[in-house]
Amino acid sequence: MISVRNLTHQLGQQTILDDLSLTIPKGKVTALVGANGAGKSTLLSLITRLMKLQDGQILIDNMNVGETPNDALARKLSILPQSIQLEPRLTVRELVSFGRYPHAKGRMQKQDWNKVDEALTVLDLNELADRQLDTLSGGQRQRAYVAMTYAQDTEYMLLDEPLNNMDIAASRSLMRVLRELCEHHGRTIVIVLHDINYASGYADNVVALADGKIDQEGTPLDVVDSAFLHRIYGTDAKVHILDDRPFVQV
Amino acid sequence: MGENDMPVKRLSFLALLLALSMVLYMTIGSRGNWDFVLAFRGTKLLAIIAVSVAVSTSTLLFQTIAQNRILTPSIMGFDALYVLIITMMVYFFSGQGMLSFGSYGLFAFNTLIMLLASFLLFGTLIFEHGRDLTRMILTGVILGTLFRSLTSFATRMIDPNEYAHIQIASYASFNSFNTELLYIGVAVIIACLIFVWTIRHRLDVISLGYDVAVNLGENVRTVQLLALAVIAILVSVSTALVGPVAFLGLLVVSIAHLLTPSPNHSTLLLSSALISCIILVGGQTIMERMLSLSTPLAVVIDFVGGLVFLLLLLQRLKK
Amino acid sequence: MNRVATTLMALLVLLVIATLSLFVGVIDLQPKNLFNPEELELLLVSRLPRTLAVLITGSALAVCGTIIQLLVRNRFVEPMTAGTGQGAMLGILIAILYFPSASLIVQICIAATMALISSIGLMLIVIKLPATKPLYIALVGLIYGGIIGAGVTFVAYQADLLQYIEIWTTGEFSGVLQGRYETLWIAAIVALLAYLIADQFAIVGMGRTTAISLGLNYNQVVVLGLITISIVTALTVVTVGMIPFVGLVIPNIVSRLYGDNARLTLPITAFFGASLVLICDIIGRVVRYPFEIPVGTIMGIIDALIFLWILYGRERHAR
Repeated sequence: MISVRNLTHQLGQQTILDDLSLTIPKGKVTALVGANGAGKSTLLSLITRLMKLQDGQILIDNMNVGETPNDALARKLSILPQSIQLEPRLTVRELVSFGRYPHAKGRMQKQDWNKVDEALTVLDLNELADRQLDTLSGGQRQRAYVAMTYAQDTEYMLLDEPLNNMDIAASRSLMRVLRELCEHHGRTIVIVLHDINYASGYADNVVALADGKIDQEGTPLDVVDSAFLHRIYGTDAKVHILDDRPFVQV
Repeated sequence: MGENDMPVKRLSFLALLLALSMVLYMTIGSRGNWDFVLAFRGTKLLAIIAVSVAVSTSTLLFQTIAQNRILTPSIMGFDALYVLIITMMVYFFSGQGMLSFGSYGLFAFNTLIMLLASFLLFGTLIFEHGRDLTRMILTGVILGTLFRSLTSFATRMIDPNEYAHIQIASYASFNSFNTELLYIGVAVIIACLIFVWTIRHRLDVISLGYDVAVNLGENVRTVQLLALAVIAILVSVSTALVGPVAFLGLLVVSIAHLLTPSPNHSTLLLSSALISCIILVGGQTIMERMLSLSTPLAVVIDFVGGLVFLLLLLQRLKK
Repeated sequence: MNRVATTLMALLVLLVIATLSLFVGVIDLQPKNLFNPEELELLLVSRLPRTLAVLITGSALAVCGTIIQLLVRNRFVEPMTAGTGQGAMLGILIAILYFPSASLIVQICIAATMALISSIGLMLIVIKLPATKPLYIALVGLIYGGIIGAGVTFVAYQADLLQYIEIWTTGEFSGVLQGRYETLWIAAIVALLAYLIADQFAIVGMGRTTAISLGLNYNQVVVLGLITISIVTALTVVTVGMIPFVGLVIPNIVSRLYGDNARLTLPITAFFGASLVLICDIIGRVVRYPFEIPVGTIMGIIDALIFLWILYGRERHAR
């Protein structure tokens, strides 16, 4: 369980997060949604210690972010950053093997390599394992990074807008992998999503942010309707229900 | 990850090549006077190798913490800063005052100031503006100009007799070096190398980028600061021994990335050190012993290194 | 303040500094003693030529900076450091080596030709680069200049002409006397002629497409610009040595304050450029009186600081 208490974050004069409290349940896929600038990425960066905590408290199970050593946290939760800033010249297998660093600290044992192979298999990357990262498509590269976080073997996986620059096939395949990781491997997934339809299509929980506060949270069916879209995004669109999941007609 | 995939063949080849150039360096034109040659050329060889390794290691470290492959400590003005510090010492304490420090004490003091100044200047630069690469480079180039101008200004303000104490030329010379500091310098370099070797895996992780490294549980700032400290010390030693080396580091590390492409610092540290030694020892042998050219090797390295740098930049721009 | 008033103010300030410059030097010279034949001679033979030389180089180099920045459409390029200056040095070196008996004018022509060739080289590289990365282009310029510079140093070492390099790389006006600076007037005339077609340079600065659509012979204007820059740079290097950064700092300041309409701003640019060099020259004369510090050294410090301010001040405006 990730529990966020009274989180406030400011950037200069601007308040990004305003006394925000939130509980993210274990073993589920939780989607963070909201308009641009609502504070989704900031929230995720604070949970994953990419940004420094200003005011408030974040607990991951019983680990206090900000007090727990970096490497202990790295065995508890992993992050897939929003944009991969630089392209290291690595093969896919090399990249994935770095996921074992928090455990092996550079001295890879047999079981570490087994985990790497498992990650490659689960994410269907065996054929690409020896390719260089910069020869892959955007979607494949994203999958390689997900495989790295898989190999990191953490209970919590947090992803910041992983679908950016991915086509529909790659997006769907990634979302299905995440569901699979949640349902069959017991991982807790927290994912920032731009497209509300991916959130309602794949998430167990939707948390909507507006102006640095929680606007609404619950199952997609509870949260997503026309009034919600109007309030959060300021747009009027029809919502259809299909197989118990709401879909926005775009 | 791990040392099991080191390119052993290529590294051994480089080691052989280095051994060959060392033998040639020691023997060509020696006319059989072995006692003298061993002592005289041996000391020179030791200095050249120490400087080579210091330069390759500091460049590799800098490229890792600044997250790119075109910056080097000397492009950023590190060695210009060291020369400036020495000049300022002469200016403030006068040559006689400096002598009372003793050469070891003086070297230690200079290195300490170099450490502080590097943290202040380059630390802030990397932490605050590290993501804006071009601006970092331009700042470095300008800082280099500023340091050199200040040095030249201070030099003019100093009595020429006292200036003799500075003993640092504008071009590195691998023929006349500071013998007094050689052994202590070598010891410092070895200590730095051992330390770098112990953090090689942490460096591997840092080179994946800030977010990924944090995700993997690494304290990025800590490693960056440690590396910056090592860089400042290595640059101090090599500049104190032979003077500024300009493009050598860039040339060497670029070749290392080409010959032994690897994400592992274990491999890169070894290969770049070997290549650096080969270029300096081999280059010195060819320039001095075989062609008897009067131009310092450093000038030729500058020319070739500058070309490499330009090509790297143009290649990056095409992407 | 409108532009005309500013221009007049700048001119007035310049005249005041220039008058001051006439009376600063090792030999005390008072305005009231001017009718004394000895002192009048000092003024006419030394002080006046020196002041004029500074005025001409300062203004012509600032104008050239503006022109090259319009041609390559980049604010961070400057002829002296981006290859033109080094090309000129290579030219004189060739002249000294192969045509030692040629007259000064012929040697200057060779220098200007080499300067032109290397400027064209820079232009050909820059054209291929995306205009969206201005700092990269500046960096390419600096490295390009550095490579030619290393080549010059190599040749100078081999030909044992190293002392010339020292003279050319640090600009200094202390050697300027009547009869030894007059060639600089050519630079003044060339810069003035360039001013006549300032509008065309401004249009070229808007890009090739715009220039052609406005009916301009693009290539012709570019070549004219490069010739102007090469002649001015070569004359400066031959007569007083390299004066870096004027062509960089002044056009940037003027462009920030008064915009980019070259015809209207070039006079201000020229006056500012002359004032800056003159102030640095006066500082160089008094700071370690009675010795002199070369103007290039003072400029290196002051201009590096201004440049850093431009580099980091810009960001604050953007936010």
